[in-house]
Amino acid sequence: MAGHAHHEESFISKYIFSHDHKMISKQFLVTAIVMGIIAVMLSIFFRLQLGWPGESFAILETFLGKWAPGGVLDRNAYLALVTIHGTIMVFFVLTGGLSGTFSNLLIPLQIGARDMASGFMNMLSYWFFAASSVIMIFSLFVEGGAASGGWTVYPPLSALPQAMPGSGMGMTLWLISMVLFIVSSLLGGLNYIVTVINLRTKGMSMTRLPLTIWAFLVTAILGVLSFPVLVSAVVLLLMDRSMGTAFYLSDIFIGGEALDVTGGSPILYQHLFWFLGHPEVYIVLLPALGISSEVIATNSRKPIFGYKAMIGSILGIGFLSFIVWGHHMFVTGMNPFLGSVFVFTTLLIAIPSAVKAFNYITTLWKGNLRFTPAMLFSIGLVSTFVTGGLTGIILADSALDVNVHDTYFVVAHFHIVMGMSAIFGMLAGIYHWFPKMFGRMMNTKLGYVHFWTTLVAGYGVFFPMHFVGLAGAPRRYYDYSAFEYLDFVMDLQPIISTFAIIGALGQLPFLWNFFYSIFRGQVATENPWKSNTLEWTTPVEHVHGNWRGALPEVHRWAYDYSNPDFDEDFVPQTVPVKAGESAH
Amino acid sequence: MKLITLLVVIAGVIALAQLAKVGQLTSLIRNKKEEDISDADTRLNGGLFIAFMVAFYASFIFLIIRYGDYNPPAASAHGESYDTLMNFNMYIIMAVFFLVNSVLFIFANKYRFDKERKARFFAHDNRLELIWTVIPSIVLAVIIIYGLRTWNEMTGDASDDALRVEVYSKQFDWTARYPGADGEFGLANYNLITPTNPLGIVTQDGVTEALAEIEGQIASLESELAHERGRLLAEKASIEEQLHSDDHHGHGHGHDHAEGHGDDHDHHGISPEFKANLEARLHEVEHMLASDHVVVVSNAAAEAKEDKLHRLKRHRQRIEEVKPFDYDGGIAAWEAGADDKIMKGEFHLPVGREVEFVFRSRDVIHSAYMPHFRAQMNTVPGVPTRFKMTPTITTDSMRTILDDPDFNYVLLCNKVCGAAHFNMQMAVVVETEEEYNAWLESQEEFIAEKPNTVDPNARAEAPVTETEESATL
Repeated sequence: MAGHAHHEESFISKYIFSHDHKMISKQFLVTAIVMGIIAVMLSIFFRLQLGWPGESFAILETFLGKWAPGGVLDRNAYLALVTIHGTIMVFFVLTGGLSGTFSNLLIPLQIGARDMASGFMNMLSYWFFAASSVIMIFSLFVEGGAASGGWTVYPPLSALPQAMPGSGMGMTLWLISMVLFIVSSLLGGLNYIVTVINLRTKGMSMTRLPLTIWAFLVTAILGVLSFPVLVSAVVLLLMDRSMGTAFYLSDIFIGGEALDVTGGSPILYQHLFWFLGHPEVYIVLLPALGISSEVIATNSRKPIFGYKAMIGSILGIGFLSFIVWGHHMFVTGMNPFLGSVFVFTTLLIAIPSAVKAFNYITTLWKGNLRFTPAMLFSIGLVSTFVTGGLTGIILADSALDVNVHDTYFVVAHFHIVMGMSAIFGMLAGIYHWFPKMFGRMMNTKLGYVHFWTTLVAGYGVFFPMHFVGLAGAPRRYYDYSAFEYLDFVMDLQPIISTFAIIGALGQLPFLWNFFYSIFRGQVATENPWKSNTLEWTTPVEHVHGNWRGALPEVHRWAYDYSNPDFDEDFVPQTVPVKAGESAH
Repeated sequence: MKLITLLVVIAGVIALAQLAKVGQLTSLIRNKKEEDISDADTRLNGGLFIAFMVAFYASFIFLIIRYGDYNPPAASAHGESYDTLMNFNMYIIMAVFFLVNSVLFIFANKYRFDKERKARFFAHDNRLELIWTVIPSIVLAVIIIYGLRTWNEMTGDASDDALRVEVYSKQFDWTARYPGADGEFGLANYNLITPTNPLGIVTQDGVTEALAEIEGQIASLESELAHERGRLLAEKASIEEQLHSDDHHGHGHGHDHAEGHGDDHDHHGISPEFKANLEARLHEVEHMLASDHVVVVSNAAAEAKEDKLHRLKRHRQRIEEVKPFDYDGGIAAWEAGADDKIMKGEFHLPVGREVEFVFRSRDVIHSAYMPHFRAQMNTVPGVPTRFKMTPTITTDSMRTILDDPDFNYVLLCNKVCGAAHFNMQMAVVVETEEEYNAWLESQEEFIAEKPNTVDPNARAEAPVTETEESATL
C-alpha cells in the first residue's frame, strides 16, 4: 500500500461514485439545476392556463400530449403540475440543491478539513437524492398522472385512489420518492453535523466559523430532527393506501361506497407533515441567509455586522421553527387556545428575522460595495426576505389568517420569502463559488442581465398576487371565471403570467453562462474575490484532501475586512495576529 | 406563431451570449478580469437599484389604487373587527416595507465601490442591536395582543339561541341542513348514505332504506358471481364426478347427508335424497350455463368482485349495528332527523342573528370559505368542525351598496379536493328574519321530500319494536 498516496482514479470513481465532497457538491448542483429547469417549465405550463384560461397553446400539447388536448390544459393535469412544481422546488431544488451543494462544498473547505467525516455516506446521500429525483420525474408519466393533491398531499385526498386520478400510481411513487429523499437528507445532514463538530482545523473555534457554516450546521440539525417525522407521516400514508389501515381516515363515503374506516384523523397527518414542514422552510432559507452573509461581508469589504447576534438569530430561528407548525392549521378546527399559542410562537420568529435584516443593512452602511453578480443577488435577497417576511405577520395572526388562508396571499408570501430569497441565495452562492467549483469565472455582464430580469420578473409575478389573494381568490384553482366577485382582480393574471415567462427566459443567459463557463470561462485565480475564508487558500485545480501541504491554521475570525490595523482591505483567517492587534 | 416567438427568443439568447463572449474577449485583450468591476458597471448597477426602487414603489401604489379596495365591506359582525385588524397590521407592515427597502436600495447605491475609499470597520454595536431587538418586540407584542383579542371574539362559544346550520361537503358540491321544528339535528351516520339520503341521516326509514340498498347490491353481485362461467363449469364437473363415483360404489351405508353439494363427501356412497339434490343442482347449473346471464371474468376481476362483496357485507353489518348503538338517545334521537330540511344550490340566513355552522365532510377535506363574511373553516371527514358568525348585511342591501343587481354571497371550497375543486360553490342568501322564516317554512322536510321507496308495513311496525327495546335497555 505504501507509495500509493496519489493513486489514479477511474472515470467512474472520479465523476460518478465519487467520495470527494467537491465532486459530490457539483453533482448535487447539476441535478438541482436540471430539476429546477423542469419545475420552472411546469410552472410556465400552468401559468399559461391561469393567465389565459381555456385558450389553446400549441406548446402545451407539444409537451403534455394527452394532458392538454387541443392545447388546453386538462384540469387534473393542472393539479398535477402544481403539485410537482411545488414538490420539486421545495425539496429537490431548495433542500437537496441548496443545502446539498453548498454544505458539501463549503463545510470541509471553510473549516479546514480534508473531506467530510464519511465520504461514503456522502456519496450515498447523493445517490439516494438522484434516485428519488428520477422517481419523482418518472411519476409524471404514469397512468393517471403524477400526485395531484398539492405538495402537502393531505389525506384523504391523497390516500384514496378513487378521489382523483393523481392519487393512484403517481401518488405511490411520490411517497416512495420522498422516503428516498429523506434518507438522502438524513445521511447528508448527519455527515454535516459530525464534520462541523469534529473536523475543524486548529484555531477554528465555533466563534470563528464563517456564518455559512453556522447556517449549514443549524440547517442539518433541523433536518435530522424533523425529517424522521415526515418519514412516519409518509409511511403511515403508504399503509393507509395499500394495507387497509386507517391512521388518517374516518367515516368516508366515496365512489358510491362507505369505506370500512373509522377512528383515524386526517388532521393527524397535517400535524406530522407540518412538524417537518415548518422547519423545512428554514432548512431552505437558512443556507441562503448564510451564503448571503458571507457574500455581503466580502463584497462590502466590511465585517458582517453583529456576528454574534447573527449566530444567535440563526439558533433562535432554528429553535422556534419547531414550535410554530400549527400556524398552517388555524382553520382545521383546532382548539382556539392552541391556535393562540402558535400565534405567539410564530410572531416571535419575526424578532430574530428582523435582527438579521437590520444587520445586513448595517453591513452595507459605509461599506465599499463591489457589485459582483453574487452581491447583487444577495442584496436582492435582503429585499425579498423583508418584503415576504412582513406578510408573514398577517398570516401568523390566526384571526387574519381565517380569510386569507389558502389564497393567493399565501402563495405570494411564501414565494417571495422562501422561493425568491432561497433561489437568490443559491444563485449568489453559484456566482460566488463558481471559481472554486470549476476553476473558472462566470461572465459578469451576463450575470447582471440575469439578476435584473430575475428581480423584476420575480416581484412582477409574486407581488400582484397579494392583491389577488386579498380579494379572496383561492389557490390551486384551475379557472376563476365561476366567481363574479373575483373578476376585477383577474386582469392581473395575464400580467403575472407574462412576468413568469420573462422570468423563465431570464434564466437562459444564466444557463448559458453556467455551462459555457465550466469549459470556456476565464481561468480563475486562487482568491478572486479577495476573501478571508479558508476555501480561497486551496489551489484552483481540485486536489484530494483540499490542501497540498499541511492543513491551514486559523488565527482570526472570517470577517477582518478593512481592518484599520492592516493596509490591505482583507485579512485571511490564516494570518497570525499582529502584536497590539485586538484579535477576534 | 408560437414557434416563431420561441425561435426569436432563442436567437436573442444566443446573440446575448455572443455579445458577452465578445465582451469577454475584448476585456481579455485589455487584460481585464471578470472579478474587476468597472466603474461604469458600478454606476450602472447603483443607478439600477434606485430605478428599480422607484418603479417598484410606483407599481405598488398603482396596485393599491387600482385593487386596494380589495373586498366589499365585511358582511358579518366579526368581519368588521377583522377588517380593522387587517388595516392596522397592513399600515405597520407597509411602513416597515417602505422604510427597510428604501434604506437597503439607497445604501446599495450610495456606498457603491470607490477605490479611493476604505470601508468603515464596524463589527458590532450593542446599543444598535438592542434597539432593533426591542422595538420589533414591542410592535409584535401589540400585534399579538390585538390579534388574539379578535381571535377570541371570532372563536368564542356561540350563544345558546344561535341558529344552527349544518354545512356538508362532498366532491364537488355543498349541502346545508336545518333542524326542523324540534330544533334538533337528527344523528347522521356515513353508512346510511344513499342517493335519497345524501347526508346519511339516521331515521328508521334511513336504516331500512340503506339496508335495502345494500341488500340489493349484495344480491346483484352475488348473482353476478353465481353466473360466472368458469365457476359454474367447475361446479358442474364436481357434481358429475360425485354422481359418477356414486355409480361405482352402489348404495352402501345410507349415510344421512345434510343438504348441499358436498365437496367433502366421503365416497361411501350417497343417499337417494342427496343424489336427487345433486341432480337438481346439476340441472340448474346446466340451465344457467345455457342462459344469457352467464358472465366471463378474469381471475383478478372475480377476486375484485369477491372483495367488493366482502366489503358490502361488512357495510351491511355496520348498518345493522347502527340500531342499538345510536338508539340510546331515546326515540327523539331516532326521529329528530325526520323533519330536518336539506338544501342544495343555495341556503338562507337571517340578518342580525348569530348562526353557528357545523361542518361535516363526506369524502376528503374541503374548506368552507365565505370571503364576504371573512369566514373560513375546513370540513374534515370524521371530525365535525364549527364556525360562528352574525351576518349584518342582507343580500339586497349589499346589491344596493355594490350597485350590482346580480351580486350573491357565495360559499366556495378552498382546500384542493379534486378535478372540479375550482367550481364547488353554493350561494348564500341573507335576508330579514321574516323572509327567512317564510323561506324555511316553504322548504320540504327530509322525510316528506323522499319518494316512498320503503315498504309501508315495515314503517308501521318498526318504531313499536324499537320502543319496546328501549324500555328494556
